[in-house]
Amino acid sequence: MSKPQFVYVIYIRTTAQKLWDALIDPAMNQKYWFGAHQESDWKTGSSWKIVFPDGRVADAGEIMEVDPSKRLVIKWRNEFSPELKAEGYSRCTIEIEPADGAVKLTVTHVLDGDGTKFIEAISGGWPVILSNLKSLIETGDIAVVPIKK
Amino acid sequence: MDEVFKALADASRRSLLDRLHAENGQTLNELCDGLAMTRQAVTKHLAILEAANLVSTVKRGREKLHYLNPLPIHRIGERWIRKFERGKLQALSDLKRKLESSDE
Repeated sequence: MSKPQFVYVIYIRTTAQKLWDALIDPAMNQKYWFGAHQESDWKTGSSWKIVFPDGRVADAGEIMEVDPSKRLVIKWRNEFSPELKAEGYSRCTIEIEPADGAVKLTVTHVLDGDGTKFIEAISGGWPVILSNLKSLIETGDIAVVPIKK
Repeated sequence: MDEVFKALADASRRSLLDRLHAENGQTLNELCDGLAMTRQAVTKHLAILEAANLVSTVKRGREKLHYLNPLPIHRIGERWIRKFERGKLQALSDLKRKLESSDE
């Protein structure tokens, strides 16, 4: 098993079911994913993609594993930038675990090749997306809100 | 977020975060290498960083890999930095780095 390039962890005060719904629901996605959304039927082996607000495909791949409200593994490749696409596929693992009245959301990416551009691009995006997701679920809005932790 | 500030209020722990920032996904042995801290001290500091969610870990075989988790620091930034200030702050920060050659 190769080494993940990053491991992002965020705690969200919600249930695993609500978080899962927010992760796979396109209308919810648009509120915290820079206006983009995912398209898939969320079954193992199904196609998966991220679609920009203007309809262009940002990233695409395949669902490798799915265990609703617990675990999702996506084979993930950039599609809109030839330079990033050339770096090939990554594996993104999303895990949800109960954590003391909240849930722990962990996102990791493992790159199959040696490139660095894709990871650089994606590691700029994830913290914002995950932070927006937390705000949206906990407060119903992605506006800046006081952090109570 | 108290535990985030407490965890950051220590030069040894900040230097561990610097090491992970330079190279993510290190084992305890790798992190101890070249440090003037005992293994026990590094273990203790890592536990505090992990409890504050500033360090995330994954198990790979018998090894535990440590990662810098930027989410709590990102949330602190979001709380006090307005969207439209970001560009100007980046420019000031770049200028400081350029003039001082090291940015502590």
